[in-house]
Amino acid sequence: MDNTLEIRWHGRGGQGAKTAALLLADAAFKTGQNVQGFPEYGPERMGAPITAFNRISRERIRVHSNIYHPDFVVVVDEMLLHSVHVTEGLKRDGAIIVNTSRTAEEIRPLLRGYKGAVYTVDARAISEETLGKNFPNTPMLAAAVAVTGVMDKKDFTEQMRASFAHKFARKPEVIDGNMRALRMAFRAVESAAGMTKIA
Amino acid sequence: MKRAKAIRERMSGNEAVAFAIRQVNPDVMPAFPITPSTEIPQMVSAYIANGEIDTEFVPVESEHSAMSAAIGAESAGARTMTATSSAGLALMWEELLLAASNRLPIVLTLVNRTLSGPININCDHSDGMGARDTGWIQIYAENNQEAYDNYIQAFPIAEDPRVHLPVMVCQDGFITSHAVENIELLEDGPVRDFVGQYEPEEFLLNPGKPVAVGPYSISAYAMEAKKAQEDAMEQSRAVIAEVAARFGELSGRQYGFFEEYRTGDADYIMVIMGSAAGTAKEAADQLREEGWKVGVLKLRVFRPFPDQEIAEALKNCRAAAIMDRCESYNGCSGPLGMEIPAALYRNKVMIETADYIYGLAGRDFTVEHAREIFAQLRDAADGKIPAARHAYVGLREQ
Repeated sequence: MDNTLEIRWHGRGGQGAKTAALLLADAAFKTGQNVQGFPEYGPERMGAPITAFNRISRERIRVHSNIYHPDFVVVVDEMLLHSVHVTEGLKRDGAIIVNTSRTAEEIRPLLRGYKGAVYTVDARAISEETLGKNFPNTPMLAAAVAVTGVMDKKDFTEQMRASFAHKFARKPEVIDGNMRALRMAFRAVESAAGMTKIA
Repeated sequence: MKRAKAIRERMSGNEAVAFAIRQVNPDVMPAFPITPSTEIPQMVSAYIANGEIDTEFVPVESEHSAMSAAIGAESAGARTMTATSSAGLALMWEELLLAASNRLPIVLTLVNRTLSGPININCDHSDGMGARDTGWIQIYAENNQEAYDNYIQAFPIAEDPRVHLPVMVCQDGFITSHAVENIELLEDGPVRDFVGQYEPEEFLLNPGKPVAVGPYSISAYAMEAKKAQEDAMEQSRAVIAEVAARFGELSGRQYGFFEEYRTGDADYIMVIMGSAAGTAKEAADQLREEGWKVGVLKLRVFRPFPDQEIAEALKNCRAAAIMDRCESYNGCSGPLGMEIPAALYRNKVMIETADYIYGLAGRDFTVEHAREIFAQLRDAADGKIPAARHAYVGLREQ
């Protein structure tokens, strides 16, 4: 367990947080790791807060419980910061990634005293610019890969290109947009403004 | 048997079972969708639509009809399977008994979900446990790998002439059915060879040898039929072991009636079924590192009930925690909480036991819960606290 990376996703039903968790598991699997990707199902309805989880490890994963002390938290809908204690149990040396147009400094007061690293990504703006619609999960997935370091970004990018090519075989015009969304999300979390951490 | 090549993959427990169904290519699958097993008939329908298998899928109007159609198809001589969960299994109730007493080797993949009420879609074992006296063999899985492996083993067990009983292959709803994890698959050819062609000795559509299925039996003979059915259940022990040994040669994965995880020298053993067993093993490893001698007995085959083997496996520990993911509403204990102490007593093993109810309707069971139970077990064995009786784990405090 000590060698297992644990990630918790917070989103709303229909936003793709579960899909993002499964895609991250998929990508990590392809780099030779052991993975778990699973959602917690509550009432099944659009817009309800949902949680999804990833465990990623070089060793076999046996634990089948939710994640209470994650290394990383990803928040796909910033409005959840007001209603869900997203930083609960989040490790001090971990990080939280929030989909927002605001800066990390602006978000931190909403994090109920969390002292670790805060990253922000404007996944909505990235998605609307590259895909013309609000599909936040692709940029959030890229941000999660960049921040967690769960796999090499180049390997991830190549895999995503292959999987988009497969998924969008009949509408290849969206492949480039998705790839651009990944790169923009990488840049967002790499920018100095995104990496604030209270020592 | 030659060791088959392993295919490294990742998929959910439902995908793993659907993939196994594709490899087995059963003759008939009547099914009615219910969460969390819905994906299985959905994926099998896609395999059929894509021409990958030629299974006859029968879209019925209820689970009662699904099991009725399964009984009809299997009686006619077709290899038949279905999938369900929760209320779906409950609605099959009458037919489950008919399938077993007519000695029809139907395979049912059960994705365990609680029964109402309150209405809830999440995992516990109350559906499978409710069917524990229906005459079906029941095999439970810890993860997607075991769900896949158990499914492949189910057909040779069910169809063996010494058995001729239906088999229920169970996995935990959502926890494994919807979790994507690594898995090692086998290639199609070796799976088909392992399962073999189904050649029933007697079947309805055999004009050369007419038989009756399910006729009235007068009291002068009915009791003998019931005894013969019970004999088959007893004989299934040997067949389950033989099939597991053959599967071990094929896959390299060994299966018994239960898995003994670090129990050899253990003072404290947790007896548990399904996905929570992995969580319990993690707790056992942590406590071992802290110097405790603890282990986990993961029950895989619940019917037939391996009472002597369990007693033998537990006889040298100081105390055992018996974990039920099911309430019996008997004012006393869960099903395992009753059956395991009975197995110990019948086999003259007089150790301390404690029994717990956990994980009802999807309540999470964590490594911390398992550690706390081991601590309580030690204190009970030391006489510091009374052993837990019918104690609830992780219950919300009022």
